[in-house]
Amino acid sequence: MIKVTIDDVEIEVAPGTTILNAARQAGGDIVPPAMCYYSKLPGTGGKCRTCLVEVAAGSAADPRPMPKLVASCSTQVMDGMIVKNKTSERVHENRGGVVEFLLINHPLDCPVCDQAGECHLQDLGYEHGSAKTRFREERRTYAPIEIGNKIKLHMNRCILCYRCVHVANQLTDKRVHGVLHRGEHAEISTYIENAIENDFSGNMIDVCPVGALTDKTFRFKSRVWFLKPMEAECACEKCSGKAVLWMFGNEIYRVTARKDKYGEVETIDDKTAWICNDCRFDKKDTIKWNILGPRKIDRHSVISQGKYATKNDQNPQLLR
Amino acid sequence: MAKKLLLEHADVPGIASYEVYRKHGGYASVEKALKSMSPDEVVEEVKKSGLRGRGGAGFPTGMKWSFLAKPEGVERHLVCNADESEPGTFKDRYLMEKLPHLLIEGMITSSYALGARRSYIYIRGEFMYVLQILEKAIAEAYANGMLGKNILGSGYDLDLVVTPGGGAYICGEETALLESLEGKRGNPRMKPPFPAVKGLWGNPTVVNNVESIAAVVPIVNHGGEAYATIGIERSTGTKLISASGNLVRPGVYEIELGLSVEEFIYGDDYCRGIANGKKLKACVPGGSSVPILPHYLVTKTANGDQRLMTYESLADGGFATGSMLGSGGFIVFDEDQCIVRNTWNFARFYAHESCGQCSPCREGTGWMEKVLYRLEHGTGTLEDIDLLEQINKKIEGNTICPLGDAAAWPVAAAIRHFREEFEWHVKSPQEAQTRNYGLIQTPLEA
Amino acid sequence: MKAEHPQAVNEAPIDFSAHTMTEIQRVIDLFPAGKQKSAILRILHFVQEEFGWVSVGAMNRVAQILDIQPIEVYEVATFYTMFHLDPVGKNVLEVCRTGPCQLVGSDDIISYIEQTLDIKVGETSKDGMFTLKTVECLGACGYGPMLMCKYKFYEHLTKEKVNELLDAMRDASQS
Repeated sequence: MIKVTIDDVEIEVAPGTTILNAARQAGGDIVPPAMCYYSKLPGTGGKCRTCLVEVAAGSAADPRPMPKLVASCSTQVMDGMIVKNKTSERVHENRGGVVEFLLINHPLDCPVCDQAGECHLQDLGYEHGSAKTRFREERRTYAPIEIGNKIKLHMNRCILCYRCVHVANQLTDKRVHGVLHRGEHAEISTYIENAIENDFSGNMIDVCPVGALTDKTFRFKSRVWFLKPMEAECACEKCSGKAVLWMFGNEIYRVTARKDKYGEVETIDDKTAWICNDCRFDKKDTIKWNILGPRKIDRHSVISQGKYATKNDQNPQLLR
Repeated sequence: MAKKLLLEHADVPGIASYEVYRKHGGYASVEKALKSMSPDEVVEEVKKSGLRGRGGAGFPTGMKWSFLAKPEGVERHLVCNADESEPGTFKDRYLMEKLPHLLIEGMITSSYALGARRSYIYIRGEFMYVLQILEKAIAEAYANGMLGKNILGSGYDLDLVVTPGGGAYICGEETALLESLEGKRGNPRMKPPFPAVKGLWGNPTVVNNVESIAAVVPIVNHGGEAYATIGIERSTGTKLISASGNLVRPGVYEIELGLSVEEFIYGDDYCRGIANGKKLKACVPGGSSVPILPHYLVTKTANGDQRLMTYESLADGGFATGSMLGSGGFIVFDEDQCIVRNTWNFARFYAHESCGQCSPCREGTGWMEKVLYRLEHGTGTLEDIDLLEQINKKIEGNTICPLGDAAAWPVAAAIRHFREEFEWHVKSPQEAQTRNYGLIQTPLEA
Repeated sequence: MKAEHPQAVNEAPIDFSAHTMTEIQRVIDLFPAGKQKSAILRILHFVQEEFGWVSVGAMNRVAQILDIQPIEVYEVATFYTMFHLDPVGKNVLEVCRTGPCQLVGSDDIISYIEQTLDIKVGETSKDGMFTLKTVECLGACGYGPMLMCKYKFYEHLTKEKVNELLDAMRDASQS
């Protein structure tokens, strides 16, 4: 085990651990935000730059500070490394810069976006954003397109985290979408009119940190904070069958995988509990599910800012 | 006239052919290395030579070679970076077109030193005619036993392939180049791991610039120590300089490092001064990404010392009053040139060439281009100049690869030295459409 | 700023000439077995030489040849700017617009070609003979202004030289 200090918190982790994962092991507010890194998808990370941290001392052997901020998701810890995240003014400033970059072309259409309330860009904007934009130019716009009959792509909202491309590469046998063009014209697309038809394509929605990929069966049905998340399971041949049902009364509005406080699909029985499209899009009847009880949602989310973080969680019926 | 180590025979008729090249001492380094030196001895000579990477970063080549991982049973590669795309730089094209066998000879000797048995030359797609020259030369080298199995009876085998890009500046970044060579988009990789550990197809790989590889030939022929006697301080050997812009005689020159900048611009053997009898306004001495210097800092440093064509002297004064030798893309501006227009032009270049992978570069380069467009076209504000500086600082150092810095530096330097010209564009937009600002005053005159 | 490429229509793979196929096989064989994808850029150049541009049908064929998914070809072809993904004129004039060329008058050359051919940058002349594009630095900075057409560099351009060049290209394309 090696020792690393992040914002004055000392942690012991296994060699090869990244700074971000070391911080996650400790938990709390020393954890840098991550928009593109996704621990369950090898190959992700390094792109969004929101997880930049300052390395005040490289290691016990070589305690020199690193000159540049580093991406904590793809930098491994060294024994005796000292990292500054929330205690670094430089990090705060530059993370603010990254958030500004991510927002200049973002439509800020949260009032009509299904992701609102569970959007990581919203959280970042809240924590690091400015109330005013300095971008005087016309925003980059794309018409929304359908990719598959159950998934809508709003490229305007995309931050190019590449997570959905990794899902397609790693969970499906034939990738039909990817990143096209380059620079500020880079976009997620199928290039040709094409549908993403695959039993696991719906997981792209779950990994999307923003509202770029949304569930068409749930579009404009309800704000997520009006729904009650319930942990449920079903016997499914294709997937784990372990999901969260987003309910209003006895009606299932939406089905998602079970996600942890970093927005990542949980590991259950040593496996990432991705869910299949049947469970996600077609099982909207409570008969098909064994409902286990209310689901705890992490503090950062808007969902938890209202009534759902109260003791009513113990008795969901009171909410109706 | 200075000593020429690379271009000595560039004007010999037929030198692009194997026969003529061989008659003029070609492939001597291959014979010497393969017959009388161990691979490590070749690496040692390159270390002794003090050769620094000629692609722009100036990292010592011998040291880069010594980082190459050599695990048992894993193939290693040498990849030549011939993706010459930095605006102002056209020396590698000249060298490859004139002396294709010099590059091939350097590839063989260097591959031998590194224990690579499959090496590649990645050339930018626009240089397709140069690729064809190289393919022909490679075929000649195979036919004459310089490539393929058991070269010169030494037991050393090498295959050499030349392959094109498709139009992407970013592929000059070594990990983007490797991605492209694997047939993918040219997205730079996250480092570590560095190519020396995990490069082409996951194998340990060295990526070197054309000129660096060519320089290995005279280093092996004459010895590293002899090479190191040329030049001054840590700038050893000769360097190809691509001179462009408003010069009487632009072109590619091989100089001994340590030549004065004044001699290079005005000397009879070199560029012969500013074209059309105009005055010098500014100079970008090392390719478009290095800081621009105003006329009063080109031939002299801020201390009043003579500025020399070396890594150290061009960087004298840091970014405040200095620049960089970079790739040797020496761009000269006469008094009629508009710095705002040129800065916008370079910003547009970097926005166009950003791969779009990481947010600061993807969004920041495009944003800077748009703000500079406004300043150049008469709708900018004074706040825009400050905004540019702020965007700049948020890009610099925060990106996956050096393209972010390359995009940020020219804008920062232009504002640093030419702020009054930017302000004039804002305050007198109509006038700025009809005439150029002219020379800025030196701080002493002001 | 609108997205440049709306979704294209899918097309069946098209056939390449015997010459192109021979060349494709030659460059695939330059790489180790299983690394055939490394040949993709050279192959796209061959395709463009044969057809003048790179269509969806051509890219789908390249995917078959390399045994990869079509999206992998689209991703690559859209990244590299040399590939024309829409039909173009018989001669594509790619004029360098970057700094060093601009210092020696590339802006004037671009507007002169626009005037002469009565087209704007990005457009094709009515007779289908010329498409005008501007490109970033082609590595001929000491010899500007310059343009590239069919992989050939034309340097030290003046208005007179442009006239001669356009005439010569017209003659060559008509004969």
